[in-house]
Parts: sequence; structure tokens; C-alpha cells
Amino acid sequence: MVRMTFTAGLSALAVSLTSSVALAQTEVTWWHAMGGELGTKLEEIVAGYNASQSDYKVTPVYKGTYDETMTAAIAAFRAGQQPDIVQVYEVGTGTMMAAQGAIYPVYQLMTDMGADFDPDAFLPAVVGYYTDTEGNMLSMPFNSSTPILYYNKDIFEEAGLDPEQPPETWGQLEEFSRTIMESGAAECGFTSGWISWVQLENLSAWHNQPIGTLENGFGGLEAELTFNGPVQVKHWENLKNWQEEGVFQYGGPGGGGDAPPKFYSGECAMYMNSSASRAGVLANAGDFEVGFGMLPYYDDVEGAPQNSIIGGATLWVLQGQSEEEFKGVADFFSYLSSPEVQADWHQFSGYLPITQAAYELGQQQGFYEETPGSDVAIKQITLNEPTENSKGLRFGNYVQIRTIIDEEFQELLSGSKTPQEALDAVVSRGNALLRDFEAANS
Amino acid sequence: MQTKRTIFSNKGLPYALLFPQLAITAIFFLWPAGQALWQSFLRQDAFGFRTSFVGFSNFLDLFTSPQYLNSLSVTAVFATSVAALSMSVSLLLAVAADRMIRTRNAYTTFLVWPYAVAPAVAGILWWFMFNPSIGVFSYVLDMLNYNWNHTLSRTDAMLLVIFASTWKQISYNFLFFLAGLQSIPASLSEAAAIDGARPVKRFFTIVFPLLSPTTFFLMVVNITYAMFDTFGIIHATTSGGPAQATNILVYKVFNDGFIGLNLGSSAAQSVILMAIVISLTVIQFRYIERRVEY
Repeated sequence: MVRMTFTAGLSALAVSLTSSVALAQTEVTWWHAMGGELGTKLEEIVAGYNASQSDYKVTPVYKGTYDETMTAAIAAFRAGQQPDIVQVYEVGTGTMMAAQGAIYPVYQLMTDMGADFDPDAFLPAVVGYYTDTEGNMLSMPFNSSTPILYYNKDIFEEAGLDPEQPPETWGQLEEFSRTIMESGAAECGFTSGWISWVQLENLSAWHNQPIGTLENGFGGLEAELTFNGPVQVKHWENLKNWQEEGVFQYGGPGGGGDAPPKFYSGECAMYMNSSASRAGVLANAGDFEVGFGMLPYYDDVEGAPQNSIIGGATLWVLQGQSEEEFKGVADFFSYLSSPEVQADWHQFSGYLPITQAAYELGQQQGFYEETPGSDVAIKQITLNEPTENSKGLRFGNYVQIRTIIDEEFQELLSGSKTPQEALDAVVSRGNALLRDFEAANS
Repeated sequence: MQTKRTIFSNKGLPYALLFPQLAITAIFFLWPAGQALWQSFLRQDAFGFRTSFVGFSNFLDLFTSPQYLNSLSVTAVFATSVAALSMSVSLLLAVAADRMIRTRNAYTTFLVWPYAVAPAVAGILWWFMFNPSIGVFSYVLDMLNYNWNHTLSRTDAMLLVIFASTWKQISYNFLFFLAGLQSIPASLSEAAAIDGARPVKRFFTIVFPLLSPTTFFLMVVNITYAMFDTFGIIHATTSGGPAQATNILVYKVFNDGFIGLNLGSSAAQSVILMAIVISLTVIQFRYIERRVEY
């Protein structure tokens, strides 16, 4: 903590020093939601940018959680006090996109400001989530991740399984879990963070199943959810049965705060969560070795595995600033997507690199060989060319729909609904919210 | 009794003296309340680009929404339980502490501590103790063969937020009850004792009726506390879950408005909440206060 404040203080000092040197600097404000270690790293990146040139000064402001940051930015926009850049999580994408007068699409900004910008340099699997139907980039990806499988190698070994062989299919995962539980090596097979993101959205994309109509909502506000397909129903039915038998343990709604401790303490042998949890997992898995694998799939579903989809946040530019400030934003974005900065951020945090060049730089540096498991996420999102079903999703009011998914999953686990009923309820309640959003935005 | 009337020669002076209070009421209550009322008739996107007047449709949507009706009943159960539980426990503690002569101050000091704990912190404390994976209490309950899991069981979740909110409010109630008890002359109880009334009888026929102004005041305060101030506790423990089992009205207002950015519905909900509190207070003052002996 002391060290963190110290570093923050240092960078603040550096910032104030440079600003006193050149008074003609244009200030660019960036509201973000990165706390803790990630926040310190972010400030370091910004300090690096500020030191690299003297025309612009970027000021990062920590605004709390993703929800809080987005709400604050919207409130500020309504009051005419908006920042230049705001970091918005992926589920807020639909809301930001629909606010056409409020946002300055990144591709347009970069062209208008004459900045160095090549849309093809970005990884399509990452950027695809944030492009319009014509393929134009609307926001600048910053921290994107995808869920992967973590497993406890020591438990695998104790149960007589091959510790270098993570389960590939759900069938194997079940089999491994039972072997582990019978051998007494662990109490439970697996747990998962982010039920909505991992066990429904990614499950759908990974099996090339539609999440909604109109290309998962990319095609317009009239889209409807289609989460209640046979693959999803079967999976939720399995989760319910596995939970009763102890193969699966529920980690709670939202991010699933109870899931990590179950894995760290050795209660559960496997754990699915964001690739950006990697640093945290390694730091907390003090006395066992961690293995990494791709998400499991059902081998009887045609087209599986397809590719997984991302989560995380991107940077949106808000309208209503001076041209000078926009020039600064464009310049900063060029810096941010440069291979060195990207590779550094990606290797530090476990977030995906957003450009091909940053990935290649990591390969040259030998990063992926030195740190096993660090490229599982990249391989997984680039496994196949994304289809309409696996490009991502884009729905309004999606923050609330995520909550609905959690609620209906809880109804399922507590036994008050069957898998089909729960998923039907997700779809009907979700569609009502989509119609609200459509009405409010047209 | 004769009351002395003060006559101001200057007509403006009383208004000038009242002005600060009126200004505060207008700025911090009337203006936002008016805004909420106006907003509740509108449908608007998050950024405020498209606004349309939709009449009562936000309200109609709410009363036909099973989630909102659920939130109403959850709030009723929660507020009644918290008020009843925290008042009875603190009355018990106050009576017990009142009987102590030398140690009374020490007990009072200790019992006041929870009041200094912020709601969010109180929530986290209880969340830790009852956490299904790492909690002390859930571990003990597990040994007693009860599988505590407030992330899935509606009852467990409701109990958790009731306990946490009650615990937090006990100190406040305790102080008022203790002060109330100390203001009752001991001679009354002593006279009854001479007449042969036992402690329980003395409590219910003499002490409790004489405490009624305090009890009434605390009831109003506790209901308001349970309906509004418990937000932090809910936010830190269950976030309204599982499956909206602890989604009390004020939490739903926040969730729909600030997370979901559905301003119209959120405003309509706060208007309803305002109406509920106003009518509860009116009922309490008109009907229950009559039975209070000052």
C-alpha cells in the first residue's frame, strides 16, 4: 500500500514537473476503473506517454468500479462536464453505441485528426466486438480478456491423472472430476466465476450457437435473445446435476466472488475465469502448481470448439471537446496501441494484446515459452475465424440482462425452475428490457 | 396553562428567521423530489438525447412487474423484522443494563460501538462470518448439519441481511431505551413491588407503558432506517440476491437507475417509495400516537 501511494505520488510528481516545463500543453482527461496493481500500471503507462512528448498531458482519474465510472461519465456528459476518454466495460457497449451524439467513433477520430492508424493491425477477435456492421472500430480496446480453465496440477497428480493434460471436453471434465472426488484429492471438481459470461455467453460462442438474433444484436436494436437453445439448456441441466452431486460448486452472482477461494484453498480442482485473473491465481496458489487449458466443449455439438469471446473494457471518446484535445486523444491512442506499450500491459496483466504486432513482440521476447499458459487465451479466441455467433454480442440494457442471467441461474440451482424454464425466463425478461431500450433509443 | 405570545412588529422578520430552514428544505427536498416526480413521467435514454412523455406508463409497468411486487413484499418482511428484532433485543439489553449499578457505563460504552461502524463495513463483517466457503458461522452451522448458503437460499440471504441490519441498529435503540428507563421514577416500581407485583408484571404494567413515547419514536426511526439506511448493508452482502430475494425497494431504485440507467422507472420507484414513507408516517402519527402516554 505504502509503495503504491509512493509510486502514484512519484508519477504525480513527474506529471506536475513536466507540466510546469511547458505551459502550452493541452490536457486530456481519462476516466478509468482500474484500481490496485492495474491502476498503478495504468498510471505508469500514462506517465510514460507524458514524458515521451510535450504537446499533451493525459490525466488519468480513477472513478471506481466499471458501473460507477460509466454512470459518472454519463452524468457528467448530461451536465456538459465530460472527460475526453472514458473506460467502459463490454456490456456497456450497446448503450454507448446507441448514444450517437455523445460518442466520437475512434476510426473517425483517428482519420479526422490525421493520426497514424491501421485498423488491420488489430486482432480481429478483439476488435470485432467493438466494430459496427461495416467493420469500423468505434472504441479503442484497452483491456480485453477471455475465460480459460485453470487447474490444480497437484490434485490431478494425487488423483492419478496426468497433470499435464487438462480436460478438453465437458465429458472429460466430468470424468476427471469424479476421479478426483473418489480419490479424495479434492472435495469438488470445478467452480466458475462469471456464470453469465463464462457459462452462457462464451458457452454459446464456443459452440457456435446464437446468443441473439440479428448477428447477436450487431445488426440493430430490434434483436431478440436466443439463449434458450438446446445446447445451453443441456449445459445448464448438467451444471444443476453436477452442483447436486458436488462436482460443481457455485461461486455466487456477478463475478462470482466465492469461486476463487474455492480454487485457491484446494477445495475445487478446476476453475474457469478470465485470463486476466492469471496473476491473481498464481499469487494465491501458494502451495500448488497451476495448469492452464482452454474451455471445455461438448464433442457432440457440430462446429465446437469455435472461438471464445472477450470481456473487459474499451476506451470511448466523448463528443464536445476542442479539436486540440481530440488531437491529443488520437496521439495518445497511437501510443497506447504501439507494440511496446501493448506487450508490456498484456504481459503484466494477463489481458489480451490488441494488436498482432504486440503478440509477435511477445513471441520474439520468448515471453510465452517462459510463462506457460500465458498464450492459452490468445489461441482460444483465434482458434477459428469468428462467425456471426462468435463475434461477440451487442444488446442495450445488457448490464441488467446479466443480472437476470444470474437470478435465473440461482432459481435453477435452488430447484425452483427447470433449465428450460430458467433459460426461457432469461429470454423473455431480457427481451422485455431490449424492447424498453429500443423504445428509449428510437 | 398560559402561553406567552411574542408579537413581532416587523412582518418580514419571522420569514427571514425561517428562511435558512425553508431554503434547505426547498433545495434538498422539494427540488429533487419535484425532479423525480417529473422524471417519473418520462422515458429517456441514458444520455438524455431522446425524451418522451409517457404519462403513467412507468408506474403501470411497475405494478404489473412481478419483480417489483416481489420487492414490495421483500421490503415489508425485511423492515418489519428488522424493526421488531432490533427493538426487542435492545429493550432487553437496556433493561438488563439498567439494573446494573456500577458496571452500567461500561456496558453502555461497549454496546454503542456497533453504531460507529459504517453500514458497508457492517455488511462486510457479516458477509465474512457467514460466507459459505470461509465463514466461521457457516462452518459451525455445517457441523450442526445445516448447509448455510446465502448465495442460493432465499431464507438464508434474508436472515443474513436482517441480522446485519439489526445488529447495526441495536446500539441506537439501546441508548434511547436506557435513557427512557432512567427517566421512569424508581418509586413507581417500588410501590408496585410493595403491593406484591413480580418483576415481569411490574415491567409490563408500569415500565413498558411509561416507555411508550420512546418506543413510538424508535418505531418510526427504525422503519425508516430499515427502508433506507440499510442500503449499504444489502450492497455489501447480497446485492439484492439471490434471485431478488433481498432486493428491497431502495436497492431496486439504485439498481435500475444507476446500474441499469433506466431513469424513468427508477424515478417512478422513488416517487412510490416517497409516498409509502409519507403515508406510513401519517398512519403512525395519527393512529398509533394516540395510544402513546406522554
